[in-house]
Amino acid sequence: MITVAGLRKSYGELEAVRGIDLEIRRGEIFAFLGPNGAGKTTTVEILEGYRTRTAGEVSVLGVDPARADRDWHQHVGFVLQECRLTPELTVTEAVSQYAGYYAAPRDVGETVDLVGLADKADSRTAQLSGGQQRRLDVALALVGDPELLFLDEPTTGFDPSARRQAWKVIASLRELGKTVFLTTHYMDEAQTLADRVAILSSGRIVAEGAPDELGEREQRPTQIRFRLPGGVGGAALPGSVSSRARIDGRAVSLSVHDPVPVLRDLTTWASEDGIELEGLEVRRPSLEDVYLELTDGTAETGSES
Amino acid sequence: MTGLPLLLHQFRYDQKVFWRNPASVFFTVLLPLIFLFIFATIFGNDEIEERGVKTTTYYVPAIVALAVISATTQSLAINLTEDRERGLLKRVRGTPLPASAFVAGRVGNSLVVSILMVIVVAVIGRLVYDVTLPTETIPAILVTLAVGAFAFSCLGFALTTIIPSEDAAPAISNALILPLYFISGIFIPDSEIPDGVLHFADVFPIRHFFEAFFTAWDPNTVGAGFEWGDLAIVAVWGLAGLVVALRWFRWEPRR
Repeated sequence: MITVAGLRKSYGELEAVRGIDLEIRRGEIFAFLGPNGAGKTTTVEILEGYRTRTAGEVSVLGVDPARADRDWHQHVGFVLQECRLTPELTVTEAVSQYAGYYAAPRDVGETVDLVGLADKADSRTAQLSGGQQRRLDVALALVGDPELLFLDEPTTGFDPSARRQAWKVIASLRELGKTVFLTTHYMDEAQTLADRVAILSSGRIVAEGAPDELGEREQRPTQIRFRLPGGVGGAALPGSVSSRARIDGRAVSLSVHDPVPVLRDLTTWASEDGIELEGLEVRRPSLEDVYLELTDGTAETGSES
Repeated sequence: MTGLPLLLHQFRYDQKVFWRNPASVFFTVLLPLIFLFIFATIFGNDEIEERGVKTTTYYVPAIVALAVISATTQSLAINLTEDRERGLLKRVRGTPLPASAFVAGRVGNSLVVSILMVIVVAVIGRLVYDVTLPTETIPAILVTLAVGAFAFSCLGFALTTIIPSEDAAPAISNALILPLYFISGIFIPDSEIPDGVLHFADVFPIRHFFEAFFTAWDPNTVGAGFEWGDLAIVAVWGLAGLVVALRWFRWEPRR
């Protein structure tokens, strides 16, 4: 569906994309993950044909998007980041207008239904909530019955319930057999929806794979945390624990590859001596931990330009 | 859809959007009529000696010119900039709709509104102010309308290239056009305007557009009433606008 090799894009001195290779297969939901400013939108807009590239090979549906004609657009749908709708049209009218641009459009009513806007079909788009407008955006991209959909940050700024509804719509695209290229900076979104994830940081792909396998998450150490009661020093801990623990006042944390024997020693010691381990917590690294580590913690700062 | 059905499809939605937008309807349809009533009331039925017509006969073609410019240049400059900044133009570029069909829909919309306004102003002029409806000069009016609608539409597309944001669109288009209305004799009869100012106004297309309509409406006109010289200047401005638009028109937001 999409093949990218050695893609680069420079804006003057700034190198926004520094050599990306990608392969997206038919029928998969692919999430392109990265902090703001990592080069996500630049990459997507090159794949969509909006931007030219500095170097590299790109093929989308067998065509170089930089040279794509109107016919190529019959098969590709875009949901752009931040696109407001025509406030004067109703939901059905907006979808009908776009349906008219395509050779073999989907049924308008069915498409409106699919994105969960059937009860808003006759409302002006100006009266829709942010989440509903975004779902209408998806309907506009979908009504031409494309093989491939690009969704650029489809849930940015949504409240949790609007996000879940949007996820339902995106997940339903899989049932229609569509290939979806999803851009997001939300971990949970990628984890919930995507078959495969690539994490972009400073213009490079730093990890790629199924959400569960990403960054060799399985092989990473487990975190154990708890607090000691007052009067109990770190020295009192069993040897297998104290030798690997980081102790900060009462707070103790360990990072171990063999959590079971360590926990056994710890809990045996605690119950025998009647010591309460306040806030005991055993955590596998989350996708978010992996992501933050891979993107050097830049995930929470910076803004897309 | 392709070809003519696609053009009609696009045009139909442009019409819908236009008539449902209160600002478009007010500024393009109602405001020119309000101007006509105000000017006709203030300046009454005085005679403009230099032109040998009553003021109302002067104002009908003046307001026709204003209405066409409003339906083309101003309406296009403001709406296209707004749609560009909303990301709507960018999204349309992501569909199979050819750019030519998109442009044709918008220009077609402006043209239809222009034709409507010419008829409405002419009829009000006749019924309320007893301004003779042109007969022999109808071909001249149609040609003037065609040349003007083309030229002022091109200038509308060209204007968007210097407008940075949707908030700036009404301000910039008015700042350029309103002073020209004053010095071109649209708001004030040109008999009241110093010659030097009129010569300056002659550089721009608005005064020539008005002159071409005036001759067609002037009951003293003998013959077909074509003002080819004025129309040529309007057309040259239109072509200049077209060149600017083709070179610098943007489909993507400037943000």
